[in-house]
Amino acid sequence: MSDTILNIENITKSFPRVIANKKVTFDIKKNAVHAILGENGAGKSTLVKILYGLLEPDEGNIKLNNKDFKVNSPAEARKQGIGMVFQHFSLFDSLSVKENLILGIDEKMSYSDLEDKLENISSRYNLPLDLDAPITALSAGEKQRVEIVRILLQDPQILIMDEPTSVLTPQEVESLFVTLNALVKEGRTILYITHKLEEVISICDTVTIMRSGEIIDTSSTANQTAKTLATKMLGQKLDDLKTNYEHIKDEVNFEVKNISCDFNDPFLTDLKNISFQVRVGEIYGIAGVAGNGQSELMDILTGENINIKSGSITFDNKKIEKYGPQKRRDLSISFVPENRLGHSAVPELSLSENILLSQFPKNNFIKNGIILKNNVDDFANNVINEFKVITPGNDAKASSLSGGNLQKYVIGREISSKPKILIISHPTWGIDAGAEHSIRESLIELSQNGTSIIVISQDLDELIEITHKISVIYDGNLSKPFKTSEIEIEKLGLLMGGKNE
Amino acid sequence: MNSLFPSIVSRSQSSGLMNFFVPIISIVLTLITGSIIFVLLGFDPVYALYTFFISPISSTYGISELFVKATPLALIAIGLSYCFKNNIYNIGAEGQLTMGAIFGGGIGILFHDTNAFWLLPLMIFVGAIGGALWGLIPAILKTKFNTNEILTSLMLVYVALFILDYLVVGPWKDPFGYSFPKSRPFSESGRMPLLFDGLRVHFGLIITLFLIFVSWFIFSKTIFGFQLKVSGYSPKAARYAGFNQTTLVFFAFAICGAFAGIAGLAEVSGPIGLLYRDISPNYGFTAIIVAFLGRLHPIGIIFASLVIALTYLGAEDAQLFLQIPSAVGFIFQGLVLFYLLGAELLINYKLTYKKLL
Repeated sequence: MSDTILNIENITKSFPRVIANKKVTFDIKKNAVHAILGENGAGKSTLVKILYGLLEPDEGNIKLNNKDFKVNSPAEARKQGIGMVFQHFSLFDSLSVKENLILGIDEKMSYSDLEDKLENISSRYNLPLDLDAPITALSAGEKQRVEIVRILLQDPQILIMDEPTSVLTPQEVESLFVTLNALVKEGRTILYITHKLEEVISICDTVTIMRSGEIIDTSSTANQTAKTLATKMLGQKLDDLKTNYEHIKDEVNFEVKNISCDFNDPFLTDLKNISFQVRVGEIYGIAGVAGNGQSELMDILTGENINIKSGSITFDNKKIEKYGPQKRRDLSISFVPENRLGHSAVPELSLSENILLSQFPKNNFIKNGIILKNNVDDFANNVINEFKVITPGNDAKASSLSGGNLQKYVIGREISSKPKILIISHPTWGIDAGAEHSIRESLIELSQNGTSIIVISQDLDELIEITHKISVIYDGNLSKPFKTSEIEIEKLGLLMGGKNE
Repeated sequence: MNSLFPSIVSRSQSSGLMNFFVPIISIVLTLITGSIIFVLLGFDPVYALYTFFISPISSTYGISELFVKATPLALIAIGLSYCFKNNIYNIGAEGQLTMGAIFGGGIGILFHDTNAFWLLPLMIFVGAIGGALWGLIPAILKTKFNTNEILTSLMLVYVALFILDYLVVGPWKDPFGYSFPKSRPFSESGRMPLLFDGLRVHFGLIITLFLIFVSWFIFSKTIFGFQLKVSGYSPKAARYAGFNQTTLVFFAFAICGAFAGIAGLAEVSGPIGLLYRDISPNYGFTAIIVAFLGRLHPIGIIFASLVIALTYLGAEDAQLFLQIPSAVGFIFQGLVLFYLLGAELLINYKLTYKKLL
């Protein structure tokens, strides 16, 4: 009997625009914690979804205990001995812990059997549970315990954990690690999906690193440091730098000082003492793995959330932290949030109508409350022509445009009013390469004409290509800025993984 | 060979054509179902449908009655559109109508022996205020305490009805009314002028058409109408745009309440002429059906109000000539709403027959 439990061979899975897994091949040893490390979009989730029967691979084989393994649904996967704990819990909030556990069982089981089993699991693996508590009353860590117990009731050989620590407190993380160690001691195998370098080193035995859908390396964690892992995870991304610093003025026109914000919500990240400065004509990048406070920060920068605990935002010598979005636009601040459909554009409305979502003082779209349709249409046509948006006309609904075209349109709308500062989140997320290139070009051109730009993005390539300075956001903390032309990729990788030497 | 049952496939873009046809489909299905019901009750369906839908409007008087009933329905429905476009489910228009009747009617009772040109305008204005104030209660509860406006607006209907009840048997009872639960009649100048001699259709119709036109203008030409629409489609986009959603909720409720209030006042100062218990045969609730049947569009609402008004008249004729309870009218209204909600699926989905291998 070999000590390999799972052989993954040549798994390929492509989606309409991307190849999410390219000939992925590696083995997972029995009785170990095996990490899959990679940035967002590296293909980790696709791979585990295939293992758990949620996706079907285009090519390749998987062998479990040297036997062919092919499942079409999570229920089948569980039957074969693979269980998974998702990053976002799937529990019924209004039911009790016990009721949730009963609902998760696939087979018939008598009530007393269940209680015995629960007792046993709870004590063996350090998973204390109050069976009668309603789910709403539990902390994120306790909810995760319910999920783990639910999976363990099925006695899986392999347990997949998807970013398990993303919603936990440090104490809860400690306690989770005790549980994982106990599970491994019993002979189970854990597949641990993460982007956090420290966790890989402290609890995993083997690590597989993925980048752009491919396996970069599979090796023991024994002789790895956070630094070597970071380099492999991010790759060498310092090619063709053409950032130009000459046009940047010394004058700071946007300053965020000591912004803190508590949300009291396990799915939101509290912001801790965030400060940064942007100079006229500068492109300032905020890097980081998703879910580290980017969207929370974006809401505060746009004025959609003005309930901050402390701190200030200064623009052109005005304190604007209490201004709503329209008041900020009146000062010539423009913004493009991450989601196009339903946030920066309304899918049900025409392109022309979507212009009206973002009005600047010099636009002249409205007189005495009445919409000047001709002016709006002219503006829309202008954006369509200038930014080469492919559409039958300004009366087409926003929902009929492809992602890239709509993004070009939204960014065009914001840029056309020549704002003094543009705050943009994930400018090229989910769009094709052509649109990506033209958007990056127009951002660089805009900055050369004196507009300051703040770019929040997970795409490190993008930030390195277009920004002048980069900070990293991790768990609601923003690092100090680094000049993009002198940046060390390892340093960024360490910061994104939460390691600040 | 195609499979027997169609499968439902999502359309890439909602169908404009279906948006137009859905009300028609639902009316046709209602008529078919209605015929089946008549057959089951033992009536000749052709005769029954004729009695229900044709005979009531085969005279000038009948057509006038159709407009009398359609007037409050259309006016309330256009008011409800302000709420529904903004995704606010105000279903308490009946209460707002009642409050409008109480406020405006109160002025009528106060000046029951005054004859002056200003009396009716004052009653209309105060009626609008009454409806608007009643509408603002759920608005405040929703924006301050995040309560569900469906529940609060509905419950306030009954509060308003009980207040009217109390007034007409208590302080506002007609001293010469032999203890009947009704108020004094309004003076002649407190009544809606009739448009034609001998017919009951009144000036409320003109007010309604005017307010429908104004609403069309607001919905299609003004930034306020645009804001209502955006915040209905996507609250997040409205927040991004910086629209003040609290203000929009207040305006939508106040306008809807005011329109329902005017409709209530038009009823009591029009056909009725005084305040009593049953001033409205559920116009406030039925107008919800009218608003949706008219697809929240001003022109659509005009047609929808006529169709639904016909079910009121048809029910009366059916009771008279077929000895069927007039509640059959409500069955037809219910059927229209039922099929309407069902057929809405066709706007965003289409049915396709899959080929079987």
